[in-house]
Amino acid sequence: MANLKELSHKPEHLAGGHRLCAGCGAPIVVRQVLMAADDPVVISNATGCLEVGTSIYPFTSWRVPWIHSAFENSAATISGVEAMYQSLRAQGKIPADKKIKFIAFGGDGGTYDIGLQSLSGALERGHDFVYICYDNGAYMNTGIQRSSSTPLGANTTTTPVGKVKQGKEQQRKDLAVIAAAHDIPYVAQASPAYWKDLIRKVKKALETPGACFLNITAPCHRGWRSKPEETVMLAKLAVTTCYWPLYEIENRKVKINFKPKEKIELTKWLERQGRFKHLFKPENAHIIEKLQKHVDDDWDRLQRMEKLDTIKL
Amino acid sequence: MSKKIVAMTGNHAVANAMKQINPDVCAAYPITPSTEVMQVFASFAADGAVDTNLVTVESEHSAMSACIGAAAAGGRVMTATSSAGLALMWEMLYVASGTRLPIVMQVVNRALSAPINIHCDHSDSMGARDASWIQLYAENAQEAYDNIIQAVLISEEMDVRLPIMTCMDGFIISHSIEKMELLDDNEVKAFIGDYKPHFPMLDVENPVTYGPIALQNFYIEMKRQQVDAMESAKQVILDVGKKFGDSFGRHYGFFEEYMLEDAEVAFVVMSSAAGTVKAVVNELREKGHKVGLLKPRMFRPFPAEEMANALKHLKALVVMDRSDSFGSAGGPLFTEVRSALYGVENAPLAFGKVFGLGGRDLEVHHVEELFKELDKASKTGTIDKVTDYITVRV
Amino acid sequence: MSDESKSYKVLPIGGLIPKAGSSHDYNTGTWRSSRPVHNKDNCINCLFCWIYCPDSSVIVEDEKFSHFDYDHCKGCGICQFECPTKVKAITMESEDKYR
Repeated sequence: MANLKELSHKPEHLAGGHRLCAGCGAPIVVRQVLMAADDPVVISNATGCLEVGTSIYPFTSWRVPWIHSAFENSAATISGVEAMYQSLRAQGKIPADKKIKFIAFGGDGGTYDIGLQSLSGALERGHDFVYICYDNGAYMNTGIQRSSSTPLGANTTTTPVGKVKQGKEQQRKDLAVIAAAHDIPYVAQASPAYWKDLIRKVKKALETPGACFLNITAPCHRGWRSKPEETVMLAKLAVTTCYWPLYEIENRKVKINFKPKEKIELTKWLERQGRFKHLFKPENAHIIEKLQKHVDDDWDRLQRMEKLDTIKL
Repeated sequence: MSKKIVAMTGNHAVANAMKQINPDVCAAYPITPSTEVMQVFASFAADGAVDTNLVTVESEHSAMSACIGAAAAGGRVMTATSSAGLALMWEMLYVASGTRLPIVMQVVNRALSAPINIHCDHSDSMGARDASWIQLYAENAQEAYDNIIQAVLISEEMDVRLPIMTCMDGFIISHSIEKMELLDDNEVKAFIGDYKPHFPMLDVENPVTYGPIALQNFYIEMKRQQVDAMESAKQVILDVGKKFGDSFGRHYGFFEEYMLEDAEVAFVVMSSAAGTVKAVVNELREKGHKVGLLKPRMFRPFPAEEMANALKHLKALVVMDRSDSFGSAGGPLFTEVRSALYGVENAPLAFGKVFGLGGRDLEVHHVEELFKELDKASKTGTIDKVTDYITVRV
Repeated sequence: MSDESKSYKVLPIGGLIPKAGSSHDYNTGTWRSSRPVHNKDNCINCLFCWIYCPDSSVIVEDEKFSHFDYDHCKGCGICQFECPTKVKAITMESEDKYR
């Protein structure tokens, strides 16, 4: 595994001058992902902040072939690109030894929600690609609307805190587990704060034949109501609180990649984010309890799964 | 040239054309009545008779999305659909054309829900008429077969680079066995030639960006480019039609004129219904009536000027639409034809009839009744109703 | 001639952008209200600032911090925040000083 000094020799595939917010988590994820690739990569990108921010005509930040076609179909689009590659290679129109890797990016809106069907289809068909969800926990591009990745209690523009409602009323959907239920060879969760783990996982996914899925937390300070400079710190706290465990499922075997010596209380992550501010009122303590319990239960479940020789979700 | 006369359904004819075209990628999802196209094609793929990578996606939306990805990657791409399938693709139709990708799609025309109905009308493809796709319509299996082969060349032409849908009537053509001629595999191969890549994504040494966001400062320029592409398509369609005719004996243009030259009144109708109308025209001609038919083949781009020239000598004409544009000034074909006649000196009287929705049969007596209306209009110089329905219980 | 004054006739069709990484020509440095300033003496070249930069604006040469790309740095402050040295090798300074 390369260290940062070695990685610094890699070409920078994402040019500066993109229009994502200062302190956005998404381009940090993208830069690390692209550093993991040794072979040429071709990318599809769902509609969303990342897509809009990096491709304002006539400017593009991408130094690799890239396509955006719509919101709900990043996986279907890359299916077509990959299918053409396989076809042309099989016909000898592309040299057989010409290796190209395929990556689909989508935010949580484009992945957990509107794009779930096309993701499921592409995973089931087993195209040789890596789907990367950069999960910022809401529809940030349209102005912070709740998604099925938004945590319980979060204040979003469609789950606003009001006189009778205290933010989102549902827990977050566990997409990594849903992806794993497709019995694909490799599923992982990662965080850009743990760049070494992230890059290793992307490399692993790219080298694994078939469809692989990575869910990567990408803090959004506009939606999370946090400080721009704390983006990476929040991506780290998400892990150390076990809200966002770093783990991988390889051929039905679960491995937790980081176990905090002492699990940090979730409130330490929540309190840095204005979207949870209302939860700290005494009358909302039960919401924080529920959130903490959800995290604890999931963490316990993950540890139990790790002990099994094999899991079939 | 080796002729092979066969008895085949429209779906089988199209599937055979696709086999001869041998696209690099097909992505499709089953829907009645187009299902059989990809089903037959899948058996070709399973037998290794084609090089195609067949992607059996989980929806039509993903079918068109995968076609877009595959076409941008750099190769020949085809698919087929009908009705709700085309409706589910809607968003992606505009992306395919806006991204200028030469995708060839067989549409097997079927009514849109609700109520759900599996039979023929043109509400599916007519709804897509503003999507910047070229549209060709076939009267029978032979034309469907010939059209889709020509479609490859038309859409891939560098001045065009637009997707194209070739349409045939669901069940009436798709499932009826007709006598037709299949071309020789090698002749088709030679006719369509090799695919010409245009900034393929798989050229990783020259990375390009497809599908950026273009705002107030660029979007309208890109739309204006599509207008030019449609304009270029007209000549290309004529050239390809001529090349096809010179090679194989069946010539194609924008529309077919049937006993139109000396006609005083005429029908304008597309697709399989034109066959029924031709039979009635024959019968009326035998009785001495000067009646003819214009059968549009190309609806997008719409050959307004050429059509006006072909129709301007008439006293009256009726345009028959197998779909409606509810609340508008008439069916899609009628409004286009009447608009084409605007400003023409002594333009013929024109009225429109919507017919055959949801597969309702158009019978000979319906057409005969229409002729009476045409005859009356030509003699009195007036029309009772500009638009109406026929083949409906009132 | 900038693309914005070009006729539709000469622009690439379909919105295709043939020039990779062209956003490099777009200056987002003007967004900054404060800028990171590097102190070479305190820097241990851990390159955390580089790996965590959202704007590809930390330039590394020969495995060492070289400079900030102020044409693209938006001044988010992540580099300063993540800089691990006791005495920070990066400080954020008001952009007003540089105007």
